[in-house]
Amino acid sequence: MSLAAPNEVVTRALLRQVNVPGLDRPAALITLDNGFDHTKPNTFGPGGLTSLDEAISAALAADPAFIAVTGKPYIFCVGADITSLPLLADRAQALEIGRLGHRVFARLKDSPVPTFAFVNGAAMGGGLELALHCHYRTLSGGAAALALPEVSLGLIPGWGGTQLLPNLIGIPAATQVIIQNPLMQNKMLKPKQAAELGIADVLLEPADFLERSLEWAAGVVRGEVTVTRPEVDRDMWAGVLYFARQTLDQRLHGAVPAAYRALDLLETAKDADFATGTAAEDEALADLVFSEELRSGLYAFDLVQRRAKRPAGAPDKGLARPVTKVGIVGAGLMASQLALLFARRLQVPVVLTDLDQARVDSGVGYVHTQIEKAVSRGRMDKGTAAKLYGLVSGSVDKSAFADADFVIEAVFEDLDVKKQVWAELEKIVKPEAVLATNTSSLSITAMAADLTHPERVVGFHFFNPVAVLPLLEIVSGERTDDATLATAFAVGKQLKKSSVLVKDAPAFVVNRLLTRFLGTVFAAVDAGTPLDVANRALDPLGLPMRPLALLQLVGPAVAYHVGGTLHAAYPDRYGVSENLKRIADSGQPIVVDDEINAEVAKLLVVGDQPLTEEQVRRNALDALAEEIRLMLDEGVVAEAQDIDLCMILGAGWPFHLGGVTPYLDRTGTSERVTGQRFLRRGVASLAG
Amino acid sequence: MPREVRDVVFVDGVRTPFGKAGGMYANTRADDLVIRCIRELLRRNPQLPPERVEEVAIAATTQIGDQGLTIGRTAALLSGLPKTVPGFAIDRMCAGAMTAVTTVASGIAVGAYDVAIAGGVEHMGRHPMGEGVDPNPRIVAEKLVDPSALVMGSTAENLHDRVPHITKERTDAFALASQQKTAKAYANGKFQDDLVPVAIRDPETGWGLATVDEAPRDTSMEKLATLKTPFRPHGKVTAGNAAGLNDGATASLLVAEDVARELGLPVAMRLVSYGFVGVEPEVMGIGPIPSTEKALRIASLTIDDIGLFELNEAFAVQVLAFLDHFGIADDDPRVNQWGGAIAIGHPLASSGVRLMTQLARQFAEHPEVRYGLTAMCIGIGMGGTVIWENPHWEGGDR
Repeated sequence: MSLAAPNEVVTRALLRQVNVPGLDRPAALITLDNGFDHTKPNTFGPGGLTSLDEAISAALAADPAFIAVTGKPYIFCVGADITSLPLLADRAQALEIGRLGHRVFARLKDSPVPTFAFVNGAAMGGGLELALHCHYRTLSGGAAALALPEVSLGLIPGWGGTQLLPNLIGIPAATQVIIQNPLMQNKMLKPKQAAELGIADVLLEPADFLERSLEWAAGVVRGEVTVTRPEVDRDMWAGVLYFARQTLDQRLHGAVPAAYRALDLLETAKDADFATGTAAEDEALADLVFSEELRSGLYAFDLVQRRAKRPAGAPDKGLARPVTKVGIVGAGLMASQLALLFARRLQVPVVLTDLDQARVDSGVGYVHTQIEKAVSRGRMDKGTAAKLYGLVSGSVDKSAFADADFVIEAVFEDLDVKKQVWAELEKIVKPEAVLATNTSSLSITAMAADLTHPERVVGFHFFNPVAVLPLLEIVSGERTDDATLATAFAVGKQLKKSSVLVKDAPAFVVNRLLTRFLGTVFAAVDAGTPLDVANRALDPLGLPMRPLALLQLVGPAVAYHVGGTLHAAYPDRYGVSENLKRIADSGQPIVVDDEINAEVAKLLVVGDQPLTEEQVRRNALDALAEEIRLMLDEGVVAEAQDIDLCMILGAGWPFHLGGVTPYLDRTGTSERVTGQRFLRRGVASLAG
Repeated sequence: MPREVRDVVFVDGVRTPFGKAGGMYANTRADDLVIRCIRELLRRNPQLPPERVEEVAIAATTQIGDQGLTIGRTAALLSGLPKTVPGFAIDRMCAGAMTAVTTVASGIAVGAYDVAIAGGVEHMGRHPMGEGVDPNPRIVAEKLVDPSALVMGSTAENLHDRVPHITKERTDAFALASQQKTAKAYANGKFQDDLVPVAIRDPETGWGLATVDEAPRDTSMEKLATLKTPFRPHGKVTAGNAAGLNDGATASLLVAEDVARELGLPVAMRLVSYGFVGVEPEVMGIGPIPSTEKALRIASLTIDDIGLFELNEAFAVQVLAFLDHFGIADDDPRVNQWGGAIAIGHPLASSGVRLMTQLARQFAEHPEVRYGLTAMCIGIGMGGTVIWENPHWEGGDR
């Protein structure tokens, strides 16, 4: 069977005979190199595996002292070429790609001469699995990251990872690397952590990594270096996996098949011989390659990796104006967080203003405290801290904004208040200074209406906590000009946020959808559905949190306020829940230790038409599909892809749903509710 | 303030294998070569706490690009030395590393610091001789220096004019002997312990490891006779009787003798004296003669006191002129026992420390020798000589 992938960027395995001091015959050194620099990392497709196969054959033919595999500068290998997975014609081909990798890598495991991986740089997925097949591993302290991220996409480490890793580093650490880390924002290991876990036998400094690795390998071959690895505890195996399964059930409720397949494979790894274990990997891989979840995962990965970096509809970068000073109106918690973020990322003076000195001092004080904390935790060096102290200042006099290029407000969420702020500021700031608002639901157009220069007002909507969530909704008002937008996008990029261009529509994207979604859940509660039933209804989606926990995070009062704005705009679709108001007014937490607060339940006044979990779920998904279709028809964002990007980056909605529209398509919801799919078949789903 | 001059010792020296320009180091940075040497020095001498290094002097002739940016300081940082360790760049063309050694030795002698690293690097593939130079037009207008002084091969032809008794056959014979002595020294493992393997990468063939010099070749008088004389039609200087264009780096550890003993560092050589002298730039090859006379005079020694010579072989004629001047035979066993730059290569500013490292090894093998010297000719008309005392000297026959 031919697996040739026409667009494969082939990572060649370059073989070189190397004379290593102290050895009486040459060693075989294989360099993985796709011919590009580190910005296009090494990956494995059929061509790359074939090249490696040939290099191993040639290496063995020369009877070397040892065989070692290393990477190009900064990159070892980041795994299988996932972009080609959707191009596999059928399950048989998927099986074949798994088997090919297994067959080639196994040659390093079964080699009669010692084999080494010199992990000089980033090693992920199949790259790390290759290293695991070698008899020994050295690791550079300069390697960017090590990981087996497959489960995050909807795959399993299918080239031996699930079988080799637990038998090398033990089942608890292997479960962490293969299942927990990928599901935790795809956490990666730093070299020191990887070495401590036992993934590498020795951690070496980057300055002379390859020279020392060769020397170390020669020492091993000569018997001068003894490699000891702690014995793997096999008694705890079942217990650890039982616990991991329970945790998965609690978090994902079965929504991520890849995670469960990985668990099964880790179980197999305890007693099965390697051939049996890898055969099980092949089957799991083939199943998952032809799963909807993987297709959604690959789609989501592409959105985050590429679309997020080139926002759809953003104007020419060249139009952006330089920002050399930032003003922040308000000195509350949000404003202070923004001040720290702007100072840290833009490295320009940032001035906070508020009505009185006490508030200003408190805002600046917050920033200083955060800087001190960062220094004491070793996350910031003293020089940077000294610079930031100097950059952030406060003033009760807004004339401090006179020479600012970018002013953002984070004052009370009220249109009149905000209009007043801008009117006052316009007398002070330069005519081309950008006026940005962090409003979560108010109209940018309305806010700018009475200004002399309405074209420089733009929405700049962060998600809480601003230092953590990567999304920035950049909202264009009716009269916002391209230079202002370009400046906003440039600032967003400097802040290391992923910006999405959004039209000026109530509550923009994330809040509009989450409010609609929570609205249906609360409507069900109002109708008499028990809180716990409503709360469990979305479990099969595997969302990061249940509806009531989300409500608690947002704050019932804020949710009620945003709900009010949307109700005013779209009374047919956004209801007002008196029960939500009761909860907000009570100030009581809805959820305590993952349990629904019985005190809160008592406050509710409900009807006598309870819904089942399935009915609540259907209502919620139908509402989402309807709202997204309306948003796309209104042109709130350019494409469904932007909706998904917003939900992934701003609400933490998972890759296996592809954000949300692939899931709505795959469940038939979109066609049933709106008469059409959001995405063509094959974009984020199986083609057939 | 009363001050004592302290004895300074050469503790240890290493070098990369020397490559041919455009050869094995074609894709390796110059600074990485010298960084490898510094790291290896520190690793070989674990008794030396890195923070005790108080100066890093690195020489390069062409101080731009990866040989620029105050290479002594940047190489110190990139080698992992503490940020408190200062460094500087130094240049005296071919005698760069030699000057780095004499300069830090002087600093140690007057008590400015105790421990220093001195070395050099020249990547002639990345930085060909004369790259970016801008000679003052007065040199020509006022006839200050013969324009041929800037072309080293031409100065060697000029030197031949001054010493017509040195024939081309004699220079070729000296060159052949250099190759043969180097081959024998390699076979006997004389160099290997002080060579620092360097990882080298080629985009087409992947990573490799440089472990031996690239320049030495198997040759013969017949082959040498056929080579072209690129610097003068029907001249005498060929690629065979001169050092080539090479890439390489060296580094050495210089320490106050009392501090070396305190730290338990080995004493390989003790500095006796040094001299640098200028000569007519167009015959720069004779430079080592007056510089040696000066160093001997300062040390109150005569040439007969010197038991081992490490002379840089920029050109065979220039070494032979030196030997003739001092009445030493071409094949005197005290001279360049393991061959020289004609075989091994001469990455300009790095070579001085190679001479010293080899002399240090030879001292250990020859406890009957009390004094040795390292000498080299230098572009723009100079010579440099450093005289060393053998700490292993047993007071036997000289």
